[in-house]
Amino acid sequence: MAFRDDWRRVRAIARKDLTTELRSKAGFNGVAALGVTILVLLGLALGPDAEALRNAAVGAVWLATLFSGVLAFNRSFQVELESGALEPLLLYPGARWTIFAGKLLGNLAFVTLMVAIVVAAGIVLFGVRIPATWSSLLLVLALGVFGLVVLGTFYASMASRSRAREVLLPMLLFPMLVPVLLGATTASKALLGADLMHEAGAWMRLLAAYDLIFLVATFLAFDHVIET
Amino acid sequence: MSTGQSDRAIDVRSVGRRFGLRWVLRGASFEVRPGEVVGLLGPNGSGKSTLLRVVATLLKPNAGSAVVNGLDVVEDAVAVRAQVGYLAHSPGLYEDLTARENLRFAADMLGVPHALVEDSLARVGLIAAADTRVRGFSAGMQRRLALARLSLRNPRVLLLDEPYANLDEEGVGLVNGIIAGIARGGGAALVALHELAPARGLLSRTITLVDGRIDAQAERAGREQPGVASGAH
Amino acid sequence: MPASDRSQDPRSSRTTTWLGIAGFGAVIAAQTFSILTSPAEGDMGDLQKIMYVHVPAAWMTFLAFLVVMIYSLRYLWKRREDDDLLAASAAEVGATFNGLTLLLGMIWGRPAWGVWWVWDARLTSTLVLFLIFAGYLALRAFVDDPQERARWSAAVGVIGAINVPIVYMSVKWWRTLHQPQSSPATLDPVYTRGLRLNAIALLILMIFFIRKRYEIARRERAVEHAAETAALGGR
Repeated sequence: MAFRDDWRRVRAIARKDLTTELRSKAGFNGVAALGVTILVLLGLALGPDAEALRNAAVGAVWLATLFSGVLAFNRSFQVELESGALEPLLLYPGARWTIFAGKLLGNLAFVTLMVAIVVAAGIVLFGVRIPATWSSLLLVLALGVFGLVVLGTFYASMASRSRAREVLLPMLLFPMLVPVLLGATTASKALLGADLMHEAGAWMRLLAAYDLIFLVATFLAFDHVIET
Repeated sequence: MSTGQSDRAIDVRSVGRRFGLRWVLRGASFEVRPGEVVGLLGPNGSGKSTLLRVVATLLKPNAGSAVVNGLDVVEDAVAVRAQVGYLAHSPGLYEDLTARENLRFAADMLGVPHALVEDSLARVGLIAAADTRVRGFSAGMQRRLALARLSLRNPRVLLLDEPYANLDEEGVGLVNGIIAGIARGGGAALVALHELAPARGLLSRTITLVDGRIDAQAERAGREQPGVASGAH
Repeated sequence: MPASDRSQDPRSSRTTTWLGIAGFGAVIAAQTFSILTSPAEGDMGDLQKIMYVHVPAAWMTFLAFLVVMIYSLRYLWKRREDDDLLAASAAEVGATFNGLTLLLGMIWGRPAWGVWWVWDARLTSTLVLFLIFAGYLALRAFVDDPQERARWSAAVGVIGAINVPIVYMSVKWWRTLHQPQSSPATLDPVYTRGLRLNAIALLILMIFFIRKRYEIARRERAVEHAAETAALGGR
């Protein structure tokens, strides 16, 4: 019974977050546009040789995702801070983890939508040839995005309330995402090629373990972090 | 210590609270009995909001303790939250959601049916504007919506921070109606105020926060003549 | 809960001072011993002896991270301010040893590889570790309220520490599939005695630094708490 209540709260928060983000002018459009802009800049900086760009595609897409993702994560908590909505949120009954879970789901949906756009743009701009193994590529993408969103949401819950949120969130988040970056890019490059050494599978297992470990760890830590 | 029963609705004992190195509350002590409506006075920055937040379980006291209906605000925070209705100075609404959406979100979080949302909206006179985004609301309308959200709960203790700000006469009447209803039912209310006029007739007594402590002198004066501004201004 | 008054304890700070003297002395002794008694390595000659500081410094970095994690967990469990201060002190000292490891790695690498940096597995991992430390310290710098700072650092410290083995593993995989390792060889038993001696010496020194930093932190908190008592009117 209590879990049904908590699950209802999780859904309510996720729905509320997505609705506010999709409606706010600066929200989704801005973040997606930024992602594509970063890709364009990377293309300009690393190109114009088609082969060089094709090799850089995976890295470029992931970097664009990371940098625009940071914006998305900060915004998800900023909506609570702007109008002082965090206090009423903390006063509702129910466990605190529902706040984290709700925001996590909202961010997952949001970032997945954004990544879809960035990947599409990346394929076009960097001349990526879609391989037969594209379904595995999607899986790698999903595993990477999941890890990104879990840690991004967690660190943003603190950074957005600190004095220097634009600087602090990347400083906390990016070093922690090194395994995700390495895993996602290496596995993706292997899958885009022939994956002669069957690397992708091992990396996917690493990503899955990483996702699970940090999902549990952040859930446990969130309670300590959300109190005022 | 926490028995869930007490002859005091709110019992604040030497509460201290600091932000960084600055001590905002320095050993504030007072009590509120069931049925009482107590006005909390004090100059700007005297710590009225902080005190309300501590009792509402939003801030933990750095010293001392606070007890609501026999429940400690730190040890039994979850139970205290179930009994308390807190109205902050800022409305705390989601500006890109409509009034109705804001209340439905609150209803979902509280576990209360959506039908009550319509009742609340009607009570505060916001049915007509229910599908307008809060961003387009005036300050007065936002405060009414916050009141509507408050009335979705069934609090036994009201903690109101400058509830009359931005409200017209009708709005003031709404606030007073809510307070009177709670007091009649055996609950209690602690209301931080800037001026006493809107609450005249409702207040049992006033207490004054000076330098992070409750001014005993002013408290006595407040008790003798409720609704009249006490000595310390 | 206020920091206990043991920061004023003269016995405790005297122990710290002795540790410092012992630590510096031990390092000098261990270094001298290792440099003089170990033979010059085949390819790199005496340059190899940088590892007598570089490798123990790396070990100390890990140890410091472990201390941060343990005391962060303790803080989250018991909310004793001292635990937060100790974790923070260990993080600062750990970051310093981390920087030293990196610097020495680069100094060793320049003549050995001809460049200041290669994306070698161990060096890269150590760099990422340094950035994780930096994030922790940045968080502390940008949060003013002491309780919030303590809670948040503790959470960040634990989660960061969990990532350390994962980072090392992923960077190693990233490298080994494409290029062989090229860090200084440390497996030859001729060198291990010197390494162990230096490790012990450096450990004593690190304990000294952490204790010293911790004592300073507690004295700072004691000052703040005196202000607290005064503000509360001596009650």
